[in-house]
Order: sequence, then C-alpha cells, then structure tokens
Amino acid sequence: MSLARTLAPPRVDLLRVAELVAPGSRVLDVGCGDGELLRLLVEQRNVDGRGIELSQQGVNDCVAKGLSVIQGDADADLVDYPNDAFDYVILSQTLQATRQPRVVLEHMLRIGGRAIVSVPNFGHWRVRTQIALLGRMPVTESLSHSWYDTPNIHFCTIADFIALAGEVGATIDKSAALDPQGRPLNPIWPKWAWNLLGEQAIFLLHRRR
Amino acid sequence: MGEAGAFVNGAIAQSVSPDSPTLRLGPGSPLRMDSGAVLAPLTIAYQTYGALNAAKSNALLVCHALTGDQHVGNLHPVTGRPGWWETMVGPGRPFDTDRFFVICPNVLGGCMGSTGPASINPETGEPYGLDFPIVTIADMVRAQALLIDHLGIDMLFCVAGGSMGGMQVLQWAATYPDRLFAALPIATATRHSSQNIAFHEVGRQAVMADPDWRGGRYLVEGTRPAKGLAVARMAAHITYLSETALHRRFGRNLQDRSARTFSFDADFQVESYLRHQGTIFVERFDPNSYLYMTRAMDYFDLAADYGGSLANAFKDSRTRFCVVSFTSDWLFPTRDSRAIVRALNAGGASVSFVEIETDRGHDAFLLDVPDFVDTTRGFIDAAARARGIA
Repeated sequence: MSLARTLAPPRVDLLRVAELVAPGSRVLDVGCGDGELLRLLVEQRNVDGRGIELSQQGVNDCVAKGLSVIQGDADADLVDYPNDAFDYVILSQTLQATRQPRVVLEHMLRIGGRAIVSVPNFGHWRVRTQIALLGRMPVTESLSHSWYDTPNIHFCTIADFIALAGEVGATIDKSAALDPQGRPLNPIWPKWAWNLLGEQAIFLLHRRR
Repeated sequence: MGEAGAFVNGAIAQSVSPDSPTLRLGPGSPLRMDSGAVLAPLTIAYQTYGALNAAKSNALLVCHALTGDQHVGNLHPVTGRPGWWETMVGPGRPFDTDRFFVICPNVLGGCMGSTGPASINPETGEPYGLDFPIVTIADMVRAQALLIDHLGIDMLFCVAGGSMGGMQVLQWAATYPDRLFAALPIATATRHSSQNIAFHEVGRQAVMADPDWRGGRYLVEGTRPAKGLAVARMAAHITYLSETALHRRFGRNLQDRSARTFSFDADFQVESYLRHQGTIFVERFDPNSYLYMTRAMDYFDLAADYGGSLANAFKDSRTRFCVVSFTSDWLFPTRDSRAIVRALNAGGASVSFVEIETDRGHDAFLLDVPDFVDTTRGFIDAAARARGIA
C-alpha cells in the first residue's frame, strides 16, 4: 500500500498543491505515490522534480515515467538530504502517517526553502460528531480505516498543525482549507470555521531564519 | 587429458585469441595505470549487439562482474552456455538490441582476450603472471574509454552493470561525467567493505596455497592450480546466495544416497553443488586473473579518490542514475546503495533508487527477477525517450 495515497486524495488536491509551486523550481515530493503530482509539476511547471516513495509499485511507476524517485520514507530518509537542496519540499496527505511528524516537518523546512504540507483535518465536524455522539473512533469516506489498522497514527486538526508550525519556527505564507469536493473554503472565514468545515488543509510555509 | 582438459585449453586459447572482436593498441598509445605502470601493447576484447544509430546516441555499455566476460548476450565460446545477462540483453529485453547498440568489453586484467596476467609480456615473451601490474577499477574504465573512442562514440546512452560491473558504472560517472547520459549501478558499492576484502583474501590464499600455482608461473611451468581456484570459487559462491535461498534449494538433503556415509564424501547436496560450481569455474577462468580481479575490487574506494567525499565524486553530474539493490544481498547490502544515493543527492544529481524484494541474494541481478526487470525496463525506456532514441 502506498503510504502517500492512503487517503486517495482527489486530483483537485494535487492541482491546489501544484498552484503553490513557482515554475522552474527544484521540488522534492515526499510520498509521491505513482508520480502523478511530480509529472504534473514537471510537465506544466517545468520543475526539476524528485520524489521519495515507499511502495515498490509506486517507485516503478515513477521510474517508468522518467521521474527520479527514491524508495524510502519521510521518517528514515529526509535526514540524508543536504540543507536548502530544494526550493520546495512537498508532503501531501502523509504527515499523519509518519512516526515523528514534528521531526519530518523540521527536516522539510531545513531541506527546502519552502514546505508545502497538506493534512486531513481531524477537527472536521463529521469526525467530531462521531466521537461526541457515537463515542467511537471516526470512520469517514476519506478516513476509511478502522482505528486498529489505520496507517494514520498521528492525526491532527487544522488548529493543531498551525500550532506545530509555530513551535518549529515556521511562518505560514499561504493556507487553504478545502471542502470534500476539493473546493477552497472562503479565505476570510475565521480559522475556527476552517477547522470545523474543512476536510483537509494545505499550507505553504518557510522557516524563520 | 579428459573433457575438462580440453575446456581448459579452450579457455587459455580464448585469453590469447578470443572469439570476439578486439581493439589492439600498439606501443604508441600506452595506458597509464593507477599503480604508475604503463601498459603497452594493449588488447581489449569486446562484443557488440545491435547497430549504432546515425546520431551515435544509442550506445549502451555493459560492464561485467568479477568472473564475467564480454559474452553477455551470446553462447559462451568455452562453456557453450547462454550469455550471462540474457534476462537483460536481447531483442525486446530491457537492453533491447533492436534499439540499442550494446557493447560489452572484457575488463583489463581479464582472461577472455583483453590484456591480463595470462597475456604474453612483450619483454620476456612469456605470460605476465604476477609481473602484470595491479589493475584498478579506474584502470578498467580508462581502457573502456579507449574502446569507446575507437568506436567513435562521444557520449554513451547508458552504462550498466552489477557488482564489480556496478563499481565500473560509478567510476565512469565520476571520471567521465559528460560521456554518459544514464547510469545503472546494481547491487554494488562505492567501496569494498572489510568483510568483502576478507572473503577475497580467503580466495586468493586458496589459489596461492595450491602447489601447482608455482608463484603465479603455472602457465610457463605447465601446471594449473585448479584445486585452489575451485576452493576460492566455492567460498565466493556462498556469498552470492542468501541463506534462505540455499536452504530452500538444498536443505539438508543427501546427494544420491539414502544415509550418511560416515566419510568426507559429498554426502549433502549443497556440498556436491559447491564442488560442481568450483569445477566448472576452473574450466573457464584463469587463476591469476582471479587474483587481479579480486584485488581491483578490494582497492576500490571512490570517495578516497575525491578528497574523502563521495558527493564530490558526483558533483554537478548531469547523468540520470538508477541505483538498484536487493533485500537479501548481504555481500552488497542495501545500505551500500543508500550511501551512493545520499552522495548523488548531496551532489544534486538526478537519482532513482529501488530496493527489490527477493530472497535470491547478491546473484539476483543475474536472474529473472520480474520486479528488477520491470524497473530496469522503465528506467531505460524513459531515459531513451529523454535522449530522443527511437
């Protein structure tokens, strides 16, 4: 199973991420799956793209597309990359599946001038309702695993991620919360509303020097 | 002299006049070696498959491993067995000979027609033996570059190889970064580990302990250290397999008998198998050449040649790499490949890395392992598109 695509994000999610990447830049996609986003970036934004992917099938698919992808995962392999090697380091729907999300985020900010992180929002009202009313761990369309077999071991809410960004000394340059159809919520809404209504959120961050 | 003797004669004949094309360079173009020695004349025996295109952009160089040779895709002239990388080379295979011009030279110091310790030393008129200068991986690659020059090729499409062949791939990328578009180092490392040097030393001592080795002068004295070389091969062969694969194939099964014989016969199938491996090896390989090949691998340390930093060896490389390792390979374990990948990343190179799940050990790169073949095909095809090869 591909770590990166355990949540099977809709294509629109990748497009939102791609919009944040400046053309011609150097990009590392961590948990790049079958290389869908990387190929999009290479073809449409002319980036110099690299990837890390855990699954054999995913790596083979990427290599066959001519993409440069290393078999590995965020927890084990980011440490090997030099400082400021990339303009962007992307982690799409994977942070919650890492063993050490904070360390992973710190490495991303060290390796890349910018980090782009998308996370499923555990603060969404459907999730809250299931816990509050049923007293059971939530299983939704986008979070389809039971508690005992989920690869998602470190869930966070939008508010939690914003707090973590502050703790690791990162500045959030852009952010967007998306509804279940991948459409951005109104950016002028307060963050508590995003945290209630956003199914996932995308952040563009950089490290304060 | 029995059938084995005839084979041996065939092998010796191949070292002098091989069943393949040769490049012969005279005294006017000597090869300067890492040891300081200057080698001339120089012969490089090689095979080619397919045709070089008009743009000369489709040449794919295959580098062979310790005991391989140039016969990568044809029946072997001594053993009559299929080419050693038939899973990879041929029409429709990943190294598709309908698309690519595949070149495979016998390495410098080898024994299938390229200049080596069995070749005649022009100063004495006798085989070099131990007077042959110590060969390094870089020397092998320098000699290959002379062949590539001779073939009129500026830039190779790809250089590929496993094990010692992979070392040559890495050396190519470091020495001639502008002469290869893609690189495929497989089951290899940028330096030989202490354990690997140790295994090689056992093999060399086995050869040298054979009274028929005669201080390396066996060709002159008409003897042959077959027993020593066979033991060396038996020990080495174990390192090419995984414990799992060995046990699955042989277990504790007995060989052609129903009970132990309470003797030192080859009671167990695995013993019989190893003895067979030793026997067929000495029929086709020169014992001194085995010493030189193992030494070349032992001396290989790419980082040491670049100020101790592997990243410097690949700095600003524009070659696209695909590094492959196998889960059950304990001779060149995955961590060795990861070290290559780290260095390439640090140097900003374009690199893919795959660890293939298999229990077949180091030798997996020579076998039909579907995931491995698929990865290779995907990498080569994508690189060919990028290079504009039809």
